[in-house]
Amino acid sequence: MSPPVYDWDAGEYLTSEEERMIDELEAMLRPPVLPMAPYPPKAVLLASGETMVVRPASVDEVDTMLEVIQPLSWLQRDFYDIVAARLFAELLGWKTHRVRNEYCLVGVIDGVLAGIVNGRLWDEKHGVSYHTLTLKRGLRVGSHLFASKMEHHIEYLGQDEVWIVAESPIGHRRWMIEYPLDKKFEVQHELGGAPSYVLTRDTYFKAKSRLVTGTRPVPPELLAGSYPLRKPDLKVMLTQIEHTLEARL
Amino acid sequence: MRDVAIVGVGSTQFGRAQWSLLKMMCEASHDAIVDAGIGEKKIDAVYVANMGGSRNNRMAGLSSALVDRMNLYPHTVSETIENGPASGASAIKHGMHSVASGHCDLVLVCGGERMQEVNNFEATEFVSYLSHRYAEYVYGVTLPSLAGMFTRLYMERYGLEPRHLAMVAIKNHENGAKNRKAHLRIPVTMEGILTGPDALNNNPWIAEPLRFFDCCPVSDGASAVLLAPAEMAKQFAKTPVLIAGMGQATDSQAVQDRPDPTELTAVRMAAERAFAMAKLAPKDIHVAELHDAFTILEIAESEECGFFKKGEGHKALERGETKIGGKLPINPSGGLKARGHPVGNTGVSQVVELALQLRGEAGDYQVPNQPKHGFAVNFGGFGNNVVATVLKRGV
Repeated sequence: MSPPVYDWDAGEYLTSEEERMIDELEAMLRPPVLPMAPYPPKAVLLASGETMVVRPASVDEVDTMLEVIQPLSWLQRDFYDIVAARLFAELLGWKTHRVRNEYCLVGVIDGVLAGIVNGRLWDEKHGVSYHTLTLKRGLRVGSHLFASKMEHHIEYLGQDEVWIVAESPIGHRRWMIEYPLDKKFEVQHELGGAPSYVLTRDTYFKAKSRLVTGTRPVPPELLAGSYPLRKPDLKVMLTQIEHTLEARL
Repeated sequence: MRDVAIVGVGSTQFGRAQWSLLKMMCEASHDAIVDAGIGEKKIDAVYVANMGGSRNNRMAGLSSALVDRMNLYPHTVSETIENGPASGASAIKHGMHSVASGHCDLVLVCGGERMQEVNNFEATEFVSYLSHRYAEYVYGVTLPSLAGMFTRLYMERYGLEPRHLAMVAIKNHENGAKNRKAHLRIPVTMEGILTGPDALNNNPWIAEPLRFFDCCPVSDGASAVLLAPAEMAKQFAKTPVLIAGMGQATDSQAVQDRPDPTELTAVRMAAERAFAMAKLAPKDIHVAELHDAFTILEIAESEECGFFKKGEGHKALERGETKIGGKLPINPSGGLKARGHPVGNTGVSQVVELALQLRGEAGDYQVPNQPKHGFAVNFGGFGNNVVATVLKRGV
């Protein structure tokens, strides 16, 4: 049985009838959601010799991620500010059931969050890539996570194509040029702005051997070590991202 | 001719600059002046080393701008030196000549480059201007592609293997991780970049057999040294470092015109000239900063300079002789590979790093046993204009 809801304005607990009305209203506000196949976790050995576990994030982990993302929304470097601000809103939307068919994957090194990617299903056959946020730079963490996102759409969700835009020159190089993606300018991506590109099944499988990596299954103890999600040290993270901060501190 | 000493050094953080090229150069110059403690003495000349300011930053006459920004006019004379990636050491050579000849007493040499003002494609394009216009450039030759072909020949002839290249990267990344001003401070492992299941993705081909971690990053950074006559050196705050020898040599611009493309003749001749001037030999050197824009170059240069026999540099690497604590530590700063390679600045930063080593001030990456003699190679083009420097602690 769910606990009673306290109405702070009225100074009393809501009656079951009022609760029922709120539930109905909430149900109207929540979008219908398509069933999604789970993303099977994998382990990626990085250049540093560290192992990054790539696994699905749960809604319960959103608050932890938001605490990490929020300070980055003021970081005017490599478009971290806009990516962080938008990702913050997207994850909040996921947690509060205000975005349809959203999912989120995380990269975790020694239990510490190293990167986040998210996206959603437009419909059964078309996916929308949202954002890729790297918290530990220089090890292709973002590249691995973006590839995992594409792997999820094409191989596990069985989609035909994913619509993608880049909000930074680094993103443009990593996605549009490295794969390479095809132009699909007739599609207006939800993030607005830049013309859309598309990853098709054909493009994905051509690029897979070069760009999609990782080992499955993840050893149980390694996977267990990626829970609970721990936040990176703020100063270390900002220094590593901004790169010149340490000298100035 | 007077002996010339380095009496002050300064450097910015390498990586992606927060500030303009000029502001970076001011920071490095200011640090060198403060380091020396020049008091009321006036700087007689400023030499600036830069390769791409006009193209990448839309700034020309950088030495005039630096003199103005540092409030050094009208007393100070100034010039900008452009000699490709060897601009830095060339500028130091000109500064040394000014002091040695008695024309100037106190000379500031500042190297600066801001490459990340343009995107990576433009940066690669701009560096490829170093290649021969009609024999190389028009065919799409870039510096990484020249290094790739050079490496392939070296492997065939001397038995070098990919793991040797990776060992250079691992060593220099390990060193760079200890240098708080380095561009890349990320240690890498053999499994992560060569032998592990995800290595090809972590370390993709750039110009086969060279991979991503075989190439230096595109860096911003500035460094500066203050030069004075050796007889004046004790008037300054820090232990002076003598420029004991400098040598320069050139080679054909197009690599294909060389009788043997694996011979870096200009490196050999520049080193021989520097050693002759210093009256020292390779065996006397305790620490070296070599121009490892590509991992193969550290190995090849270590042989051409006479530290190891031709074709045996990789064996010394395997034995750990070039690590910090080894027989001859090479690139303890992280080298171009990890400290970074702001092209026109690099020659100055190599000398700054050696001066710190000889003064015993390199901190976490200090070479043990109080090194007395240091050696640098600053490599222009693909070995067509090379400057070598021998430094000695004390005067």
